[in-house]
Amino acid sequence: MRDLSSGPGRVLVAVYAVFAVAATGRSLVQLGTDADRAPVAYSLSLLAALVYLAATTCLLVGGRRGWWAALVAVVVEAVGVLVVGTLSYVATDLFPDRTVWSHFGQGYAFLPLVLPVAGLVWLRRTSPARSR
Amino acid sequence: MNAVLLWLVLATSVVALVLVVLHLVRDETAGDPTFLALAVVEVLLLVQAVLGSVALAGTDREISGVTFVSYLWSIVLVLPIGAFWSLAERTRAGTAVLLVALLTVVALEVRLQSLWTVGA
Repeated sequence: MRDLSSGPGRVLVAVYAVFAVAATGRSLVQLGTDADRAPVAYSLSLLAALVYLAATTCLLVGGRRGWWAALVAVVVEAVGVLVVGTLSYVATDLFPDRTVWSHFGQGYAFLPLVLPVAGLVWLRRTSPARSR
Repeated sequence: MNAVLLWLVLATSVVALVLVVLHLVRDETAGDPTFLALAVVEVLLLVQAVLGSVALAGTDREISGVTFVSYLWSIVLVLPIGAFWSLAERTRAGTAVLLVALLTVVALEVRLQSLWTVGA
């Protein structure tokens, strides 16, 4: 089975690591300073942070387990950015403050929308079923 | 916050970005000139971290201090970690990591500036 963190995977790990740090920092500041203002949005920020951390770790760890865990993380990420992205337009009262996933990641050059797609493509190419 | 320093950081980052993109296009690994350019950016970022911290201590404007200082110092970490991660694999992908690191520096720099001027 191919190493999950070499080749294109190396670039993916770099981008995921940046988002893991960015989302963690953002959610800690939000929850630490003004948690009552937007509990839903801030909880989702924290979820996003955890998902990015999980995806980065799984890609680094690799192996069959790492692959499956990475798949779960990337699917949660894809669902998250789509649901939060839609809700941030439809239910604006839930999101008085921005999160990483608001407006499909507009504040982050829409990378949060591209990243799970890139992740899924990479996981497909490194699938354990393929190398058998 | 020093506007000259901001532009210096952005200008040197763009030079480094061009070098990295050329490497990517030609499919060659980054050599000494590129790492020298990265080192110049890094030195400027260190100067900025020190001057920025001092400027924050000396201003009365309403700036979220914790966020500002964490940006100032996290931006210093990006290039060393990126270079380390890139050098572990001397391929096109490894070079692309330098591109990611530099774009991250530019993004953080812009955000840092808006934190200073807008305070949000």
